[in-house]
Amino acid sequence: MELLTKEYRGINYISGPLIFVEGGKRFSYNAMVEVLLPNGEVRTGQVLEVSSEYACIEVLEQTAGLEVVQTTVRLKEEVARLPVSKDMVGRVFNGRGEPIDGLPEVISEKRMEITGIPINPVSRAKPNEFIQTGISAIDGNNTLVRGQKLPIFSGAGLPANELASQILRQSTVLGEETQFVVVFAAMGITHREASFFLRSFEDSGATGKAVCFLNLSDDPTIERLLTPRFALTVAEYLAFERDYHVLVILTDMTNYCEALREISTAREEIPGRRGYPGYMYSDLASLYERAGRIKGKKGSITQIPILTMPDDDITHPIADLTGYITEGQIVLSRHLHHTGVYPPIDVLLCLSRLMNNGIGAGKTRKDHRQVVDQLYACYAHGRDLRRLIAIVGGEALSELDKKYLRFAEAFENSFIGQGDTNRTIEDTLNLAWRLLKMFPGSELHRINREVITEYFEEILEEAPSPYYKPEETIP
Amino acid sequence: MIRGKIIKISGPAVIAGGMTGAKMNDIVRVGNLGLIGEIIRLDRDTAFIQVYEDTSGLFVGEPVESTAEPLVVELGPGLLGGIFDGIQRPLDEIEKQSGFWMARGLIVNRLGREKTWHFSPRVKKGDTVQGGDTLGEVKETGVFLHKIMAPPGIRGVVKEVKKGEFKVEDTVVSLEDGQQLSMMQKWPVRRPRPLKKKLPPDEPFITGQRVFDLLFPIALGGNAIVPGGFGTGKTVVEQTLAKYCNADILVYVGCGERGNEITDVLTEFPHLEDPKTGGPLMSRTILVVNTSNMPIAAREASIYTGTTLAEYYRDMGYNVALMADSTSRWAEALREISSRLEEMPGEEGFPTYLATRLASFYERSGRVECLGEPGRRGSVTIVGAVSPPGGDFSEPVTQHSMRVSGAFWALDAHLAYRRHFPAINWHKSYTLYYQPMKDWYLKNVNHQWDNLRTQMLQIQQKDAELQEVVQLVGPDALQDSERLVLESARMLRDGFLQQHAFSPVDASCSLNKQYKMLNVFILFHEKCKKEIEAGIPVTTLLHLPVREGISRLKEIPEERFDEHYARLEEEIKEVFENLHKPELTGVNDGAADKGI
Repeated sequence: MELLTKEYRGINYISGPLIFVEGGKRFSYNAMVEVLLPNGEVRTGQVLEVSSEYACIEVLEQTAGLEVVQTTVRLKEEVARLPVSKDMVGRVFNGRGEPIDGLPEVISEKRMEITGIPINPVSRAKPNEFIQTGISAIDGNNTLVRGQKLPIFSGAGLPANELASQILRQSTVLGEETQFVVVFAAMGITHREASFFLRSFEDSGATGKAVCFLNLSDDPTIERLLTPRFALTVAEYLAFERDYHVLVILTDMTNYCEALREISTAREEIPGRRGYPGYMYSDLASLYERAGRIKGKKGSITQIPILTMPDDDITHPIADLTGYITEGQIVLSRHLHHTGVYPPIDVLLCLSRLMNNGIGAGKTRKDHRQVVDQLYACYAHGRDLRRLIAIVGGEALSELDKKYLRFAEAFENSFIGQGDTNRTIEDTLNLAWRLLKMFPGSELHRINREVITEYFEEILEEAPSPYYKPEETIP
Repeated sequence: MIRGKIIKISGPAVIAGGMTGAKMNDIVRVGNLGLIGEIIRLDRDTAFIQVYEDTSGLFVGEPVESTAEPLVVELGPGLLGGIFDGIQRPLDEIEKQSGFWMARGLIVNRLGREKTWHFSPRVKKGDTVQGGDTLGEVKETGVFLHKIMAPPGIRGVVKEVKKGEFKVEDTVVSLEDGQQLSMMQKWPVRRPRPLKKKLPPDEPFITGQRVFDLLFPIALGGNAIVPGGFGTGKTVVEQTLAKYCNADILVYVGCGERGNEITDVLTEFPHLEDPKTGGPLMSRTILVVNTSNMPIAAREASIYTGTTLAEYYRDMGYNVALMADSTSRWAEALREISSRLEEMPGEEGFPTYLATRLASFYERSGRVECLGEPGRRGSVTIVGAVSPPGGDFSEPVTQHSMRVSGAFWALDAHLAYRRHFPAINWHKSYTLYYQPMKDWYLKNVNHQWDNLRTQMLQIQQKDAELQEVVQLVGPDALQDSERLVLESARMLRDGFLQQHAFSPVDASCSLNKQYKMLNVFILFHEKCKKEIEAGIPVTTLLHLPVREGISRLKEIPEERFDEHYARLEEEIKEVFENLHKPELTGVNDGAADKGI
């Protein structure tokens, strides 16, 4: 769909992935262009800056082989757009949105801008439908809801992909038949990882319900800046115009951020922390904020971005800025992984900000919030004690403290370390109660007497309090 | 009409030539779409413009037109309950015009023009009026009285006053010299609104949160910063303060934050009952929203828009609370525009004027004698969230904010990990407002307030010292009196400082309840201390069942609290009297022995 086919010569500067073309008047800001090499090869580029004298263009497929005199540039589109269609479901594309599954081009129903227009905040609907992932550490402690963006913070060698594919396989919304359509965007991952995902889509019967965009580690780096935008554009189309519930998996955001840094350096911008550009927060937000629900629309976009924390450092800019934008995070722990716990989720570092919207009576269970708060408090204390006995030895501990240590152990092994199983929310909460029964009722400060009475009468009986009577807590 | 042409586009920064005669900070319409921008630098006929909307698709050579007016907000009835973007465009109007995607270049009225308001005059023919004088009143939402004031700088004799139903642009007061005053006025956002004088900070801004009201209070008209890494609860703190503080009007600036958080506010506030008026909380709230994916230049402006709206209600004589979440995102917007302008960067790439800008923002807080007659007092209290990268407080935004803010509420990731909320670190946080307000507490709550507070601080200080010892040698090495301190500190942490923002009973706590709760904790501590001196082992005391009643004190609702408190106080005294009669101690073996 070429709007203008006029070609321009006059590249006067090539540096890294960037080319500078004379006469910026012919290109609009953020336009998509085609770079034509003398040998007939065509590459894609995007305009990053224009002035009356020049236009600065990033070339997605790198600039190797380009030369100054004979290369020409032509405007393809004023802004980058992607042809979208319902038929994209079940297809595989490369990082530039071209089909690579051997099937013909998709006949588009519509062309949508890939930069994504912000959703008006007043049009958003509150995400509040509980998604049961079947994983206790998520369902119980860091509940995912429809329309949320919940990233997985992983480290090199940790099973983030396995976890993501397990979530994909097991996710259901209680009382509903509808399944998710998966939009999968791979940025700079290896062939091995990509085939793992494709195979797991197949195994779970999701192949027919997935749209894949693959930019692998040997594909052009700069292309990675567009890949997630293509994916999210399809997701928005499917969710808000075709009423699908879409689950978007973006992996690996670390590679995306590195591509961003590369472009920023090539443009000689003032670097921020660790060389990443100062606008990385806004740039990441322009991806992550493309999740949610809209009033009056049936569909939704739930995002699970995956990122690898360099050196397991959660304060690294990529993890840090992501955490500031997303609605929580699932953090994997190398320690748990080494002790054989799967999924190795460090619940203390995890968070789901939208959890309260999706749990409680009528959604999961009335006791959910309090039980989880109590699990956190007990586990955190157990972990503190573990640190303490490493220094002063176990003898100094009281009987009760020893219980806390045992609890932490059991919590890690049986609650978190569930292996490749699928638990209902009922199972998860009942297991939590069984673990908490180790303690006398007077230790369970985070749970109302009322709830303790309702769910575990026997705990109450262990620690009678002459002062504290259950009826007094009922507000 | 000044009309130029675009000569360069780089993200939100656009450079236009042929702009001779344009003024600094004038608003311009950029390109064929008419995007809104502001001139932020002039170089002969070239204007540097920050554009408040996405610039994708703009061509060099497209027109730029100056409106010859600075960035202003429109002030008048109809603001309360409104949701605006960073440059005061009502988001629901935008939704009406363009649906759920935010279209660009829309022209919408900032203040609704069509609605009529009942104007009751407070001046009469022949009166001399000047800037700030109350001309009349309008019932804005429910019982809320919106004072229509003469715009600052006006002076004259009233020729005619109208009464009845009017739209905001209709003339309600005419002056002898021909000036026509309506219910709406405009004010440039970057200029503080004038006032008579600032007053000392001697009345507290009551938050209903124990850790703030008791340990780190701020004054009405004061300001505080809440820095914390992600997940430490900044937004929950801001929203909780908005819900339960004693301000008359709330201005909530969502600056570069999540869209879904705003949805939370939007779905919750209209249903929250306002204890003051009985109406929904939303009817005394103004939201200024510029989420992280909305254009960053408008994010830069949103803070000023919010502040000006807050000052306007202050001028009517109200106490206004301004919540800014998050000032770091605002600083980042400043940084991005600065770097597009190729300015020399300061620390971490932030422009060198960051500190000045932050200072002038926080200085717009204050309790004041308002301009005009009849005399009124109003205040703007600012609570600014800060999001330091990696939770590291040594970064420029936190450090510069600390220098100008009166209270520092440090959020602590370690407390958040164990779900201790609000995760305020009581060792790092501070306030400069307590001393000037001390007398207020002694007079209005209880004359023991200061004593109890000091005792609590001492227990916490001692606890911090002892924890270091425990880390080295274990809890066994401590004496009984020291173990008591550890235990009391733990009880205070769990039973007093911790406050569940979503608990129906405990989300807000009156000063009376705060004082009485603390009184019980300290009473118990003092009693135990005495017993230990008399030789009773600490384990016996820790097994007293009455402790649980103390720990769960926060679960008791306000209306039954006084009665409950009196009974509990009696019970504690009784328990300690009975302690010397062995058959009645009521120890349950090992149950409550939790160590540290």
